[in-house]
Amino acid sequence: MAISFTRALAPALAATAALFAGTAWAQEDITVAMQLEPPHLDPTGAAAQAIDSVVYVNIFEGLTRFQGDGSIVPLLAESWEISEDGTTYTFKLRDGVTFHDGTAMDAEDVKFSLDRARAEDSANAQKALFAGISEVAVVDPLTVEVTLSEPNGSFLFNLAWGDAVIVAPESIEDIKTAPVGTGPYTFSEWVQGDRIEVTRNPEYWGDQPALASATFKFISDPTAAFAAVMAEDVDVFTGFPAPENLPQFEADPRFQVLVGSTEGETILSTNNKQPPFDNPKVRQALAHAIDRQAIIDGAMFGYGTPIGTHFAPHHPAYLDLTGNSAHDPEKARALLAEAGFADGFETTLHLPPPSYARRGGEIVAAQLAEVGITAEITNVEWAQWLETVFRGKDFGLTIVSHTEPMDIGIYARPDYYFQYDNAEFQSLMETLNATTDPDKRTELLQQAQTTIAEDYVNGYLFQLANLSVAKAEVQGLWANAPTAAVDLAAISWAE
Amino acid sequence: MLRYALKRLLSLCLSLIVASVVIFAVIEVAPGDPAAFMLGVNAQPDTLAALRAELGLDVPKLQRYLAWVGGMLSGDFGTSYTYRTPVAQMIADRLWVSLPLALYALALSTAIAFPAGIYAAARRGQPGDMAVMGATQLGVAVPNFWFAMMLVLIFAINLRWFGAGGFPGWDKGLWPGIHALTLPAIALALPQAAILARVMRSSLLDILGEDFMRTARAKGLTRRQALWRHGLRNALIPVLTIIGLQFSFLLAGSIIIEQVFFLPGLGRLIFQAISSRDLIVVESVVMLLVFAVISVNFLVDLAYAAVDPRLRART
Repeated sequence: MAISFTRALAPALAATAALFAGTAWAQEDITVAMQLEPPHLDPTGAAAQAIDSVVYVNIFEGLTRFQGDGSIVPLLAESWEISEDGTTYTFKLRDGVTFHDGTAMDAEDVKFSLDRARAEDSANAQKALFAGISEVAVVDPLTVEVTLSEPNGSFLFNLAWGDAVIVAPESIEDIKTAPVGTGPYTFSEWVQGDRIEVTRNPEYWGDQPALASATFKFISDPTAAFAAVMAEDVDVFTGFPAPENLPQFEADPRFQVLVGSTEGETILSTNNKQPPFDNPKVRQALAHAIDRQAIIDGAMFGYGTPIGTHFAPHHPAYLDLTGNSAHDPEKARALLAEAGFADGFETTLHLPPPSYARRGGEIVAAQLAEVGITAEITNVEWAQWLETVFRGKDFGLTIVSHTEPMDIGIYARPDYYFQYDNAEFQSLMETLNATTDPDKRTELLQQAQTTIAEDYVNGYLFQLANLSVAKAEVQGLWANAPTAAVDLAAISWAE
Repeated sequence: MLRYALKRLLSLCLSLIVASVVIFAVIEVAPGDPAAFMLGVNAQPDTLAALRAELGLDVPKLQRYLAWVGGMLSGDFGTSYTYRTPVAQMIADRLWVSLPLALYALALSTAIAFPAGIYAAARRGQPGDMAVMGATQLGVAVPNFWFAMMLVLIFAINLRWFGAGGFPGWDKGLWPGIHALTLPAIALALPQAAILARVMRSSLLDILGEDFMRTARAKGLTRRQALWRHGLRNALIPVLTIIGLQFSFLLAGSIIIEQVFFLPGLGRLIFQAISSRDLIVVESVVMLLVFAVISVNFLVDLAYAAVDPRLRART
């Protein structure tokens, strides 16, 4: 009853709204919702992506930055020179940049930030990004010289991470609750459990952004997320958690749906040291037992791109190797028989909380059962997953999305939780790190992708989609998520 | 009365001590390292060690327990591992949402249940009674989160009278705060009201059959006068018990409703803290809830004594 009543009333309301619309000011604020709340606001002190979603390029800026298309461009560094041997980077800093507390951003701050990240007692979650730095020297207030112990082709890329933003010694003490950066927005308020508010920084060194203020709201329940967007309580929902509701938004002219890609390779991680997975034939059988599209359709409602290796499909160096592990239960059974498991075997499947794992896991288990593998499902919380699976390596199979950008290098770490130990691959990665020539790098990256695909290290499922819902008038949102970020300066309201 | 109160107080203290041991033990035994959770999959061993030291997680468990209990006694609940803010402050902030919500819901539930229960008892077996009982049957059977979603669908999405959730904060004024808590309070209150109305009705009906009620009628009171003067007061004891239990439930049990309406209350805090292994927050919040439940029971015990003088004499 209530529904038909409002439908009847809607045209009248719309007419009234139109009367006022002409006189209204252009909207200058926005409410952006996301599922997880940041634990604190120091991007250099935790792995939580929610921190970056709020502060990256809004409050804090690094020497370089990611753009929406994943490319790296200069930010606080205006330009740089790289020595012949590739080990010395001389950064020319942007002049006239100040932190939100009024202090100037200079070479000393850069040195402080990089030294703090690589220090012995550093709590930086991505400390490995800075491992190659042997010295950071201040040449003059606007010039910094960074010396690497060996050439590193991805150094400028590493500096674009949220974990590498420039912070100031003057304000580091309270960074977790009162972040002070150089970005276009300043932190104003955090009502824990509810929202974080930021305001445009009038002293910003670059162009003034269109939005005067923004509110980040945290709504973890998928049903509540749907209701909040429908009731227009929020203007944008990034990382929308209920893909099953997206068709409804697509059909509604009030909203737009953005489907992009993330850096998340979702894989059926396999313990390469645990029998029977130490047998390549068994891993190959596993790969052929999986029907990727069925998982994408069943668990992600069709959102996601099938992958055949650990690499993001939107990256120029990506190779489509899905054919290498096409769905073929017959072949899987034959391979298992060859390996001596004609009657199959039992294993464990640990599933962390995200729906890609919980929903996907059920489907994977059913597909494995078809070829005779019984996977006993254990649902775990993240903390437990980190302890038993990641650190304890006490698992057979698990499903997880590896969201770090360009992380194929993890396959060169024999102690990494899936325990892939291949000397050839390790030397390949070393060569890659020392290579700066783009064409040569592409070639090496493709070689690396092929190696792990042909070794069937893990079951490669799909690239996690980045799903956002926004009001139709919101412009400039990132469709893809090369890193966790809501680039407020790029966003505006259509007239 | 004083001795009765002291005895209850002693049992309250003992319960609290036992609770603190159990809570600490259970939560510390559960797998999961807060430092590993914070630093994620690329953390290096030395980074983890540095963070563990910073958080004080490298100290032996017994020492941590004593420090925790000692701190609580002096009002210091420690510092959250993940948020790095004082736990006491976090709990206080969240209580400003959860406590008003629980009181609001309790007020609504009582306001609905009392008249409904009395009305039904007074018209036992008549159509009015049947209607009330049918409605309460439904209220007991339907889970509150479903009510919550229906309320959002009708009042937030279709009618747009309320937001779908969230809480503006009391500093934005009393009315916006109450407005934001209305749907959650109704969702919480309806099932509780249904239970309470049923208890009220059956308790009254029991009383109506008692000898003293017959006497009251015999001395010339009408049915209704007897019900109001003598019945109600005597029927209140079981109702008070239920109200006490309900208040504890509303305070501790609104986790789901707080999720549905994304309210920054205690339930949401504990939910977030458990998933991030923010042990100290979990321990302190659970302890606080235990304290609240035990204190409410204590107050209910005292209220019994106030309503029923025999309880005072017996001890």
